[in-house]
Amino acid sequence: MRLSKLTATIFATAALGLTAGSAIASEGPELKHVEFSFEGPFGTYDKAAAQRGFQVYQESCSNCHSMSLVAIRSLGEPGGPFYDEEHPNANDNPVIKAIAAMFTVTDGPDSEGDMFERTAKPFDHFPSPFPNEQAARASNGGALPPDFSVLVSAREHGPQYIYSILTSYEDEAPEGVELRDGMNYNPAFKGGQIGMPPPLFEDLVEYSDGTKASVEQMAHDVVTFMAWASDPKMEERKRMGWMVMIYLFIFALLMYGSYKAVWRDVEH
Amino acid sequence: MSGYPGYDPKSGIEKWLDARLPIVRLGYDTFIFPTPRNLNYWWTFGGILAVILMSQIITGIILAMHYVPHVDLAFDSVQHIKRDVNFGWMLQPMHAVGASMMFLAVYIHMFRGIYYGSYKSPREVLWIVGVVIYLLMMATGFMGYVLPWGQMSFWGATVITNLFSAFPLVGESITQWLWGGFAVDDPTLNRFFSLHFVLPFAILGLVILHVWALHVPGNNNPTGVSVKNVDKDTLPFHPYYTVKDGFAIVVFLMVFAAFIFFMPDALNHPDNYIRANPLVTPAHIVPEWYYLPFYAMLRAVPNKLGGVITMFGAIAVLFVLPWLDTSKVRSMRYRPLAKLFFIIFVLACIGLGWAGAKSPTDLVFVTGTDAATGAPTGLSFLWFARILTLYYYVFFVIILPVLGLVEKPKDRPESIEKSVLNTTHEEA
Repeated sequence: MRLSKLTATIFATAALGLTAGSAIASEGPELKHVEFSFEGPFGTYDKAAAQRGFQVYQESCSNCHSMSLVAIRSLGEPGGPFYDEEHPNANDNPVIKAIAAMFTVTDGPDSEGDMFERTAKPFDHFPSPFPNEQAARASNGGALPPDFSVLVSAREHGPQYIYSILTSYEDEAPEGVELRDGMNYNPAFKGGQIGMPPPLFEDLVEYSDGTKASVEQMAHDVVTFMAWASDPKMEERKRMGWMVMIYLFIFALLMYGSYKAVWRDVEH
Repeated sequence: MSGYPGYDPKSGIEKWLDARLPIVRLGYDTFIFPTPRNLNYWWTFGGILAVILMSQIITGIILAMHYVPHVDLAFDSVQHIKRDVNFGWMLQPMHAVGASMMFLAVYIHMFRGIYYGSYKSPREVLWIVGVVIYLLMMATGFMGYVLPWGQMSFWGATVITNLFSAFPLVGESITQWLWGGFAVDDPTLNRFFSLHFVLPFAILGLVILHVWALHVPGNNNPTGVSVKNVDKDTLPFHPYYTVKDGFAIVVFLMVFAAFIFFMPDALNHPDNYIRANPLVTPAHIVPEWYYLPFYAMLRAVPNKLGGVITMFGAIAVLFVLPWLDTSKVRSMRYRPLAKLFFIIFVLACIGLGWAGAKSPTDLVFVTGTDAATGAPTGLSFLWFARILTLYYYVFFVIILPVLGLVEKPKDRPESIEKSVLNTTHEEA
């Protein structure tokens, strides 16, 4: 990310003089700076981290947060946390099938005109924990838990921002800060008061790969997973990007050579 | 402008077709066109723009096959395109970044036109057609930004359509007519989609007129001196400029591709990844970067109608630019004072863009602190934008008309050929 950010900055200041994004960058509370595997022009999603992040999402976050734009099958598609080369079609991937089988979705109407419940299939999207926004607010003290589908993209410095939110809770508000009813103190959140109670605590989940489930570890993992959910084609995009850049670079050299050849006898 | 021997049909079928539909002749005359031999790289942006326009139309047609213009489905359909449509993850940023690239190229193209006096006689109509294209681009770009139906889409549409309510008496009726209701809603989204689809074809038609109007007087050139001898001063467009433009286009495509593949959201606002919500206003409503200078002008005037007039006037003044500039010398290369004021003008436009991205109360620089409150004082972006807006108008309405009468231009070369042979490697 740093290289691309730098290029963006140079390009923006030199050619455009500004970007809309830079205007907001300086605002809001300071974020913790953590590094992620998917940053930079060569970055890819750390598969193990994304799998652990999915576990955190599945066991904890998904009780309140929906992820309605993401299909279960996409977990097993190229670039996804459970992609398996032996099963290029995610619908045949046993891990994906098993994950889908954990959910129940409403389908129908059947031939009698009734809606019915059935076990989810890989093609289903992740079911939402609440039937609608009103129900979600009613269960969360009036606050709406945001959908995870594109949340990382929807925040300035999304990965750092969400990591900071997850790891910056403090038990006691500092003196002079009056917490409103049902609010929690979190200096990483604008205004310092957030409706979401601290979602992570030590050993909340038990990682099957033996990784110690500290708050920082889980936050880092779940952000990796959420970044994948927001931008599932990133690896494919960067891979093709390098091929395109190399192709265009060679093309540019050929064009420059042609230009020199065509113009060689012309003073200009 | 002609001078080269034209198309000469050789075979029987070519002669037969040429007598009935001289389409090959049209293509020949378009590409074997006498072009000044001294055009620099600033002249390659016309070709670059043609390529991006075609790219926008092609990607746009494909995106329209998958996009759903409905308030409940638009946001999801864009995600569907990026997640499930074959190569949708590439087509969507190609189109969104393409809009930014097109404005970047058109601004360079326009600054080049101003610097080298490309709007002056006999190219006034060429320039005016160009300004109409720019105006349509603004409308098309604005409506396209509304389609993903994110928060910035919705609130940008609300702010911009509300501008029309500033007009006395008819303002409110116009705004409701634009909306197709009493707020930005489903009818608005549908008509924006319809217009966003059709306007690019109007732009394409105007581009054809633009090229036609170019091919009557021929290209201007960095010296501004007219072509005197076709054989000595010009080269056929093909292959000389197809290859030079081609090189520039490929280099430009590398910048374009860097954005598409490595930072597709760098020019986008994160809030547009939040579904449009008429009940929640974003903290800062900012337009796309290419509208920021005009946004700054809008906010620079305390009166709403005044702001709207100032903003639209900034484009309107471009239509009469050929008659505001009284100097007979085209290229500012030979106008030292005009050159200085032009550089300030470019900086003013960039500064306006900067001001448009900031809150008006933010400070450009701090000069001290307020004695009573301890708050920092200095030049606010509001006053910064006011000063620059004033300069924008003064440049067109006072500096260019007066300068033509008082400035003593430097000696110009007798001909394009002489300028090339005397100063072989002079840069623009």
